[in-house]
Amino acid sequence: METAPKPGRDIPPKKSKLQNKKKRPRRYWEEEITPTTATASAEPPPNKKRNGEPRPQKPKNTHTPKKSRPSKKPQFLKKPRGQRNAEPPRSLSGAQDPFPGPAPVSVEVAQKFRRIDKSKKLPHSKSKTRSRLEVAEAEEEEISVKAARSELLLAEEPGFLEGDEGEDTAKIRQADIVEAVDIASAAKHFDLNLRQFGPYRLNYSQTGRHLAFGGRRGHVAALDWVTKKLMCEINVMEAVRDIRFLHSEALLAVAQNRWLHIYDNQGIELHCIRRCDRVTRLEFLPFHFLLATSSETGFLTYLDVSVGKIVAALNARAGRLDVMTQNPYNAVIHLGHSNGTVSLWSPAMKEPLAKILCHRGGVRAVAVDPTGTCMATSGLDHQLKIFDLRGKFQPLSARTLPQGAGHLAFSQRGLLAAGMSDVVNIWAGQGKASPPSLEKPYLTHRLSGHVQGLQFCPFEDVLGVGHSGGITSMLVPGAAEPNFDGLESNPYRSRKQRQEWEVKALLEKVPAELICLDPRALAEVDVVSLEQAKKERIERLGYDPESKAPFQPKPKLKGRSSTASLVKRKRKVMDEQHRDKVRQSLEQQPQKQEKAAKPVGARPSALDRFVR
Amino acid sequence: MKVKMLSRNPDNYVRETKLDLQRVPRNYDPTLHPFEVPREYVRALNATKLERVFAKPFLASLDGHRDGVNCLAKHPKSLATVLSGACDGEVRIWNLTKRNCIRTIQAHEGFVRGICTRFCGSSFFTVGDDKTVKQWKMDGPGVGEEEEPLHTILGKTVYTGIDHHWKEGIFATCGQQVDIWDEQKTSPICSMTWGYDSISSVKFNPIETFLLGSCASDRNIVLYDMRQATPLKKVILDMRTNTICWNPMEAFIFTAANEDYNLYTFDMRALDTPVMVHMDHVSAVLDVDYSPTGKEFVSASFDKSIRIFPVDKSRSREVYHTKRMQHVICVKWTSDSKYIMCGSDEMNIRLWKANASEKLGVLTSREKAAKDYNEKLKEKFRYHPHIKRIARHRHLPKPIYSQIQEQRVMKEARRRKEVNRLKHSKPGSVPIVSEKKKHVVAVVK
Repeated sequence: METAPKPGRDIPPKKSKLQNKKKRPRRYWEEEITPTTATASAEPPPNKKRNGEPRPQKPKNTHTPKKSRPSKKPQFLKKPRGQRNAEPPRSLSGAQDPFPGPAPVSVEVAQKFRRIDKSKKLPHSKSKTRSRLEVAEAEEEEISVKAARSELLLAEEPGFLEGDEGEDTAKIRQADIVEAVDIASAAKHFDLNLRQFGPYRLNYSQTGRHLAFGGRRGHVAALDWVTKKLMCEINVMEAVRDIRFLHSEALLAVAQNRWLHIYDNQGIELHCIRRCDRVTRLEFLPFHFLLATSSETGFLTYLDVSVGKIVAALNARAGRLDVMTQNPYNAVIHLGHSNGTVSLWSPAMKEPLAKILCHRGGVRAVAVDPTGTCMATSGLDHQLKIFDLRGKFQPLSARTLPQGAGHLAFSQRGLLAAGMSDVVNIWAGQGKASPPSLEKPYLTHRLSGHVQGLQFCPFEDVLGVGHSGGITSMLVPGAAEPNFDGLESNPYRSRKQRQEWEVKALLEKVPAELICLDPRALAEVDVVSLEQAKKERIERLGYDPESKAPFQPKPKLKGRSSTASLVKRKRKVMDEQHRDKVRQSLEQQPQKQEKAAKPVGARPSALDRFVR
Repeated sequence: MKVKMLSRNPDNYVRETKLDLQRVPRNYDPTLHPFEVPREYVRALNATKLERVFAKPFLASLDGHRDGVNCLAKHPKSLATVLSGACDGEVRIWNLTKRNCIRTIQAHEGFVRGICTRFCGSSFFTVGDDKTVKQWKMDGPGVGEEEEPLHTILGKTVYTGIDHHWKEGIFATCGQQVDIWDEQKTSPICSMTWGYDSISSVKFNPIETFLLGSCASDRNIVLYDMRQATPLKKVILDMRTNTICWNPMEAFIFTAANEDYNLYTFDMRALDTPVMVHMDHVSAVLDVDYSPTGKEFVSASFDKSIRIFPVDKSRSREVYHTKRMQHVICVKWTSDSKYIMCGSDEMNIRLWKANASEKLGVLTSREKAAKDYNEKLKEKFRYHPHIKRIARHRHLPKPIYSQIQEQRVMKEARRRKEVNRLKHSKPGSVPIVSEKKKHVVAVVK
């Protein structure tokens, strides 16, 4: 204590005295060295430096490729605090936070988690409702930012395949890929040579762990394709047209020549459903527990597999139905018909929700991507088309293929596979929700027989192809979603976890009546019935309880409220209200005119001169 | 060629030993969770159904009184202690955790008209038909001692109600006039009257502690300021108000239980229009008490039921009844806002849960999380017709049910008549009177 020299005021050296003058009194918790004026001018102040440079640590955006990510992305700070920017706070130890403020989040990632559509405004909403909505919107924004930030914790990165300079990825053969990848991935490529029992249909289970396939000549088998452990193998002694796993790998629906049969994972026949006869295609809606079957007789039948009842049997009135797929986003069934239309069906409606004319000839195959934004169709006119399913079902792109595709499938990350006689082509798009570009294929593969069934395995970079020569498991890097959700479909789940999941899934089975084009419609305000209820209420009461009473001037002091002045005041207020109305309508008019105006690029008509 | 395949190491996804917890990786990407809204809707539907399944509000019945229970009082410091006064002049003190009576006092001859505790919880006051006000110690007498009141005040007239000041040693009684007493004196500090009629209840405001409200049988509710010698103002309603209760969180708000089957929530500053008219009872409302949160209140009615109303809603959210409960005379909401007590004609005090489907006892964190999630879901989807119907459904005893139907018909007929009159008269000549304004006759200052 004694040895420590005290900064005495009496006899300090001259230089230190000068410094002392500039020095502000230092507290004991502050760090020892305070920057002198010289050092401060030499390097920029710390806050400027921080603003100029991007932060070295950024959240990983798993869905955009690394190299294409710009270094200066618009950063989405939740609440940039002015105070913090001015002077970074210092901790007790004197250490300075190198990354002050909340972690930045990119706008696109946060946008992915948005649920409220702010463009839709409520009609005549009261201030109380509006303020509650505002609170909900603010909450939702905060949640989306938090969810976007949590993407940092995702463990896996998606696969990819890139050619060298000038190399076409479509030229890369499966054998090359197998050679290049690790052993575990190479084991995922295999061929089952089953020439005896004819063209095969196949299906992966929800988790992507199990594979079932059925041959035209009655061969049905199910296996854990990762470990290659066979669960069952039987011959049903009848033509097998389609095969589907039900909600778990323990149940298997097989469309046989006459009827629909359900087997368990040991090959024991559990049910024979005679009300579904001559079934050609099967689709299972996992959240509704509905098995949709399309038949030769032209019926689309929905079977509730949790209670074993037929929910709806719809007559499509379009002859034999053998092209069917489901939209995984809204559980609507898409049927392709021989007159070139695709019709959209829900069990709640006797008539199709929509009909889309897609091709000149008949429709051969339909597929819908997992986000429900686009649909791929192929027809007898050898065209492959992609439609936007969000608005008015506009075609986005089309391509003529030399032979036409007989089978189509979408992967989880938006890759499109098409089977054309014995060739499989795969096209890729830009990102996850973008439609695939049909210009150049991403991969091609030639098989030993004609393709009969195609499906991408969920959560694995694998495409399963059933053909007349057996089954082929192709490697398609970048096809699958790398990070699964353990509570939805977990490929590594144990028996106990599966049982628990099954109970939960059954408890929240969505009723079949809720299937419609927009699955979020249930969370929105039913404006039509709201207006109707309001109208009915006014009729019942005889007056509008929410209408504002007309202005009635209050009588003022004695002598100041002659009848004339009262009328004048009343007129003044009414005029003001009228002016407001006119102003509002004037503001709305240009918007209406814009809407009424012809679309840009329309050909001018000779009759246009008479239009006023 | 550069290639990367998705290749997961199973060790990262499977637990190592059986003693570990299962690994559950999460990905909140909306495309991996399709049908979010329909699934949440189904969950909300299930939660609503379960709520109705678990709605068992009745907890206990405390019996022991030999006549109808006329008044109840809460202990200000102890949640377990409740005081009750009966029509035969007997006062009983109950322990709610043990659900038994711990003390019995023969306090008055005739009815015990009012009972209230001192703010410190050391003593309580009773008034009875024998024109006396008595102060009692909360603790029982020692061994060999007589059960005797601390003080007895002999009055000239019958007292019908009593309430104690929330912070000072002052209490107010009502009868023919409102008297304000100092605990130390045997004559009132001041007496206030407005008109000549018997006053049925008097209540101190818990926040603005100088304010009092009283209701009299000449259909009016009178407000007083203790610092003045005269009343502040009064509002006259269509029918007589039985009792009032102040909102413990909002100083200006009070609710009046009226004979015309309705309850009226008033803002003290604007008495000419009630803030809300609460209607659901089918007979006179006899007592009302606020929850300590100030968001809800409970009312007891002559129609043998008690109902819980949110302050800002005109319809009740809950109705409690049992086969054996007769006319409910008094009701109290306990200070932890979890329970409701009611005293009725057939000599019993009943204990109910304030939230009918609530699970009592300690919840594990998972239970609590599930409960919170279900609450939020129910709130989100409460306007959907199917869910609303299930959440609103209550079984009612036949007399109440048929009376509701009857009154609905009567109301509809009156409304139809009004609409017809409006339709067939000169526009503007028939004023449109809202339901709120209909029942207020006048405000006098």
